[in-house]
Amino acid sequence: MTEITRRKERIDRKIKVLTEDIYAISSLRTIVYILLPRFVFIIGMLILPLMISSMAWQKILIISCIFSLLAISYDFLANFVGIVCLGGALFIGVGGYISGLLNSVLKLPLYFSIPIATIFGGIICTLFLIPCLPIRGIYFAIVSLMYPLLFSRVIQALEIFGGTDGLPGLDTFPNIWFELYIIVPITLIVTFSLRRLVNEDFGIVLRAIRDNEQAVIASNINVNRYKTSSVFIASIIGCFAGAYLAHLYGWVGLSLFALDFSIFPIAATVIGGGGTLVGPVIGSIILAPLSEMLRAFGPLRVVFYSLILAGLVIYKTEGLVPFLERKYHKTERWVDV
Amino acid sequence: MNKEIILRVNNVSKSFGGVKAVNCVNLEVSEGKIFGIIGPNGSGKTTLVNIITGFIKPDSGSILFEGENITGLPPYKIAGIGIVRTFQIPKPYYSLSAMKNLVVPLYSTRILNLVEGKTGDRDTVALDILEEIGFERDSNTPYKPASSFSEGYLKRLELARCIALKPKIIIMDELFSGLSVSEITSLIPIIEKLQMNGITIIMIEHRIKELFRLADRVMVLNFGERIAEDTPDEIIKNELVKRAYIGVAEDAT
Repeated sequence: MTEITRRKERIDRKIKVLTEDIYAISSLRTIVYILLPRFVFIIGMLILPLMISSMAWQKILIISCIFSLLAISYDFLANFVGIVCLGGALFIGVGGYISGLLNSVLKLPLYFSIPIATIFGGIICTLFLIPCLPIRGIYFAIVSLMYPLLFSRVIQALEIFGGTDGLPGLDTFPNIWFELYIIVPITLIVTFSLRRLVNEDFGIVLRAIRDNEQAVIASNINVNRYKTSSVFIASIIGCFAGAYLAHLYGWVGLSLFALDFSIFPIAATVIGGGGTLVGPVIGSIILAPLSEMLRAFGPLRVVFYSLILAGLVIYKTEGLVPFLERKYHKTERWVDV
Repeated sequence: MNKEIILRVNNVSKSFGGVKAVNCVNLEVSEGKIFGIIGPNGSGKTTLVNIITGFIKPDSGSILFEGENITGLPPYKIAGIGIVRTFQIPKPYYSLSAMKNLVVPLYSTRILNLVEGKTGDRDTVALDILEEIGFERDSNTPYKPASSFSEGYLKRLELARCIALKPKIIIMDELFSGLSVSEITSLIPIIEKLQMNGITIIMIEHRIKELFRLADRVMVLNFGERIAEDTPDEIIKNELVKRAYIGVAEDAT
C-alpha cells in the first residue's frame, strides 16, 4: 500500500507540572511561557479601548465590563464556594439605588457615592442573603432571584426613591476615556485578586466548603463565617457594577432590577468556562457585543443568539478558557507514518 | 477503671419520627483507650457519633467531655475542643491535592490557637502527617488531586485530616469498611501508634475481628439500645450479642 496515512502527534511542552500551582521554574523561557497568557490578556484588555474608534462600541465595551464583574462574582460563588447565586440584579439594583440616592438627595459627588454605595450595598445584600445561607443549590438561586422582584415592587408600590420614574439627573463621568479607564482596570484588578484569593488559605477553605461542607465543619471551621465573607465579596463586586452603571446612565430606575443582570452572567460563565474567573470576563466580552451586533437582525436576533449559545454549550462544554488552556499546554501536529 | 474518664454520654435519646434511633444510651470512655462500638445495620451507631460530634442535637440526655457539658454545641466548636471524627463515606476535597486538603484543618481556629499564630512551615507539617499516615514523602502522591486516590488512600486522607487537628478523641466511623484486608492490615499499626501518642479512639466497626484485636472495651448497640458493654473477650461469649447479630432460634422445640 502506497497510501500515506497520517496521525496526530502530541508535542508536550517540556515543563514538569506537579500540581496546578507548583511549577519548577528554571529559566526565563519557562517563566515567559507561564506568564505569557496573563500578559496578553492584561495588555489586550488595556489597549482594547484605544483600538475601538466608535463611541457606540466603546459604550458596549463598558457594558461588557459591567457584565464581566457580575459574571466573575457569579463564577466565584458558584464554582469556588458552591453557592449558586443569581443575585446579579439584586447587586446592580441595590448598588445603583444607593449611589443614586447619595448623589441626588445628599448631593455627594460620584467619587464618594460610588465607593460608599459599593460598601454599603455589599453589606445590605449580604444581610439579605445571610438567612438563605443554610439552604443550598437551586433554592438559594431562587431566593436570590426573588429579592430584586421584591425590591422593585416595593419601590413601585410605595412610590419611594422616585417610584416608577426613577431618579434622573445624576452626575455622569466627565468623558468616555474616564469611563473606560475606570471600569477596565477595575475588572482586571477584581479578576486577578480573586484568582489570587482562591489559591490562598482562605480560598482553599472556600473550595473545600464547595467539595464537602461537613468535613470542613468537622475540621473546626465556622463555615457560616466563610460563606458570609464570600457572599460579601461577591456583593461588593456586583454593587460596584451597579453604582457605576447608575452614573454611566445618569439615571437609576426599576430596570436596574431587570432579570438580564442575573441571567447574562450564567451564559457568560458557561461560554468562557466556569471556575477560571478569567473565563467569565472573556465570555462577557464575546457575548455583549454579539447580542449588540445581532440587533441588526431584528426579531431574529434572539434566534441567532440562542443558536450560538446552544452550539457553544453542546460542542465546547468546558468553556473557552479551559479549552485554550489545554491547547496552550500541548500542541499537536500532523505527521506522516 | 483506673484511668480518667474523658467522655461520658448520659441517657442520650434521639428519635426520627417514630423511630427511636438512639434510646437512653450511656457510655464512658477512659482516656487513652480504644473504645469499640458495634451493632447491626441501623442500630444507631452513626447517629450516636453525630450526636457526640454535634451534627445532630439529642432529644434528651447530655454529653460531658473532660467533665464539661458539651451538649448542643455547634459541630465546629466540638471539633475545636478536640473531638474529631471521620466520615463513613470519605469525601475529601476532591479538587484539591492531598497537601491542600490538610490546609483546611491546619488553618482551623484550634490549630492557630495551639501554635499561637506561628504557623511555621505548614508544608512540612502537612508532609509529616501524610508520611505518618502512609503517603510516600518523596513521591508526587501528596501533590496529586484527591480525586485520583483509591478508597484506601481516601480513608487515610480522612484520618490525616483528623490527626492534623491534634485531637484528644478521634471517632472513626467505619474506617475499615470498603477496604481490602491488606489495606486494613496497614492501617492497624497507624491506629495503634495514635493510641500510644495518648489519643483516645472510638471505633465504630463492622469488622469484628480487627476491632476486637484493637479495642480495650466494646459496646454493642441494637435498635438504638445498649445491650452490652465489656472487654472484647467477654463480648464474644455474650448470649444477647449473639442473638442480636445472628438471631439465635427462639427455642427450637
